[in-house]
Amino acid sequence: MAQQLLEVTDLHTQFFTRDGVVRAVDGVTFEVAAGETLGIVGESGCGKSVTALSLMRLIPVPPGKIVKGSIMFDGADVLKMDDDEVRGIRGNNIAMIFQDPMTSLNPVLTISRQISEALELHLKMDKSEARKRTIELLDLVGIPSAKKRVDDYPHQFSGGMRQRVMIAMALSCNPKLILADEPTTALDVTIQAQILDLLKNLAREFRTAFILITHDLGVVAGMTQRIHVMYGGKIVEKADTAELFANPKMPYTWGLLRSIPRLDERRKAKLVPIEGLPPDLIAPPPGCRFEPRCQYRREICREKEPELEHIPNSKPDHEARCWGTQQGGWLVDTDWHKEVGDTRVIEEIKQEVAQLPPEPKPGDVPPPPTAI
Amino acid sequence: MALNTPTKPADPDYVRVRSTATIDSGKNLLDVKALKMHFPLTQGIIFQRQVGAVRAVDGIDFFVEKSETLGLVGESGCGKSTTGRAILQLYKPTAGEVKFDGVELTRLGGEDMRKMRRRMQMIFQDPYASLNPRMTVGNIIGEPLEVHNLARGKEKTERVQELLRVVGLNPYFTNRYPHEFSGGQRQRIGIARALAVEPEFIVCDEPISALDVSIQAQVINLLEELQDRFKLTYLFIAHDLSVVRHISDRVAVMYLGKIVELADRVDLYERPLHPYSQALLSAVPIPDPAVESKRKRIILTGDVPSPVNPPSGCRFHTRCWKAQQICSEVDPEFIEHEPRHWAACHFPGV
Repeated sequence: MAQQLLEVTDLHTQFFTRDGVVRAVDGVTFEVAAGETLGIVGESGCGKSVTALSLMRLIPVPPGKIVKGSIMFDGADVLKMDDDEVRGIRGNNIAMIFQDPMTSLNPVLTISRQISEALELHLKMDKSEARKRTIELLDLVGIPSAKKRVDDYPHQFSGGMRQRVMIAMALSCNPKLILADEPTTALDVTIQAQILDLLKNLAREFRTAFILITHDLGVVAGMTQRIHVMYGGKIVEKADTAELFANPKMPYTWGLLRSIPRLDERRKAKLVPIEGLPPDLIAPPPGCRFEPRCQYRREICREKEPELEHIPNSKPDHEARCWGTQQGGWLVDTDWHKEVGDTRVIEEIKQEVAQLPPEPKPGDVPPPPTAI
Repeated sequence: MALNTPTKPADPDYVRVRSTATIDSGKNLLDVKALKMHFPLTQGIIFQRQVGAVRAVDGIDFFVEKSETLGLVGESGCGKSTTGRAILQLYKPTAGEVKFDGVELTRLGGEDMRKMRRRMQMIFQDPYASLNPRMTVGNIIGEPLEVHNLARGKEKTERVQELLRVVGLNPYFTNRYPHEFSGGQRQRIGIARALAVEPEFIVCDEPISALDVSIQAQVINLLEELQDRFKLTYLFIAHDLSVVRHISDRVAVMYLGKIVELADRVDLYERPLHPYSQALLSAVPIPDPAVESKRKRIILTGDVPSPVNPPSGCRFHTRCWKAQQICSEVDPEFIEHEPRHWAACHFPGV
């Protein structure tokens, strides 16, 4: 492998609460190369945000604690740094874009104050330089008449604009890595498209590495090179993006893919939900964490926890944490497209298709009204 | 599927069918005409005078047929939730008519309205805020039964237990409190409460957007099952176009207080006529990198304008790539361009 920008090894982050120890991140290992975009996908509570916060050492202590593991960023271990050194990295080399642009900007400071702060602190710019750079940044992220708006307060901006301000802030010190934690979840679809487009262009232009954390498989499909799927504090499947969508192997990934309706679905098929609830991370299941909800489970799944291992007959970097997909397992050669779970549904769909009238040609649409 | 009957573009009368979004009133459970809901903006402390209005809903026409699902989509702030509430008379509409099964709701008094409310219910977006944390599940679901004098005592308890079973919860949960449940289970409680009075019509206001991805499918499936079983009619409000496509028979697209397009599901998603619908559809990411790399995105610039002071003429013209002179001057009429396919645009087309 080439020189990695970020190498996370066996990261364990736990929260010590009155009810017990919450193992929010439980042995996560991954790496990010310079300029690469990595997607981390999972439901709420699977530990994806805690992973991101751990990378920046932003976990509140107590109750949280990074118990074990190492985070090598650019050759230095973030976990061994003292507070001053971490502060030198935060915002400077690793920046973060938060989910909620409404609450992550300080409402009593102007936009210019908030962006300049990092510039003055990390890049030792003086006030006028920092202001000039702030305006450039706002221009770059597509805020119209940036010069006029730089002295506005956050409440004068709309949600999409605030997210652009957050992105400008993240970019301010030319970081090598940007963690984007659900950057578009709070936004409307048309604004989401604008922001994703912006992030994509920035990643290309500045060769910044991104970690894109989201629950929306649609968002990562168009944005990332590699995807890690997380469940119950662990990575359960990793692969490059095309491979993961073409040839997913872990039953949880299947569950995610077929439980959401797709905009381009040809006809109304019944959704196949994942039964049950995500695991309780204080007392997770003893074996595979997905076992209680998995329809392909076998005896071994409840007894022993599988390791993240390469899947036979697939691309070299395609790994899954599942007994069924290991050498000689019962899911290795299963084609997920056939695994809709209910064969009756497939038959129904087939019959429906046979009865469908032929698709209308585009020419059938009437021309616009001539007189109004 | 309404893919049949090729239209006759040459016929000028056909194109000019007016905005009567009601073809056959007999079949319709709900008829909404020129509905307006304005919220006044006031100034002054003692003598409050009105200085303007938020035109949340500004003249919409549509109808809902019996046992169908009408999806209502749009971005936040476009007035979709206000529409739902104005229909149920939770807000007093500023103007317009709301006819439910032939009865004009806007003129009904308290007692008559309460009787009508039995027939129409609502499922709320946030399962954490819409259940009283101090009431047990049994009381939450049983309350509508008491209010409408449907059941008391032992009968009520049995009915509550049955409702819990219907929505897929354990009937012995009646003495538990909402905090003991997960988001998906709470939403089921909300659904059971709505079902308690055996309504015909349910307004589902973003019922799944607060839920986790793997839980969303459970609730969608439940709503579909219940619809089949109890012959329910839904007005399904959501911002997620994929979900709306999945659950709806017909879909209405709203923008800034107006319905810009209304059509059967297949027509709307395959051949949207209004540029806003086209942009909205192209903006939804699809979980498939192969498809995603080939798609052409229409990226709208700017934000939704303020409903206090909406743009003149067509409200979408400030963000529309097709906009011409006329768009900023004349508000386009809501016209039936194809059978059962209405759009409000001067230059509709694929």
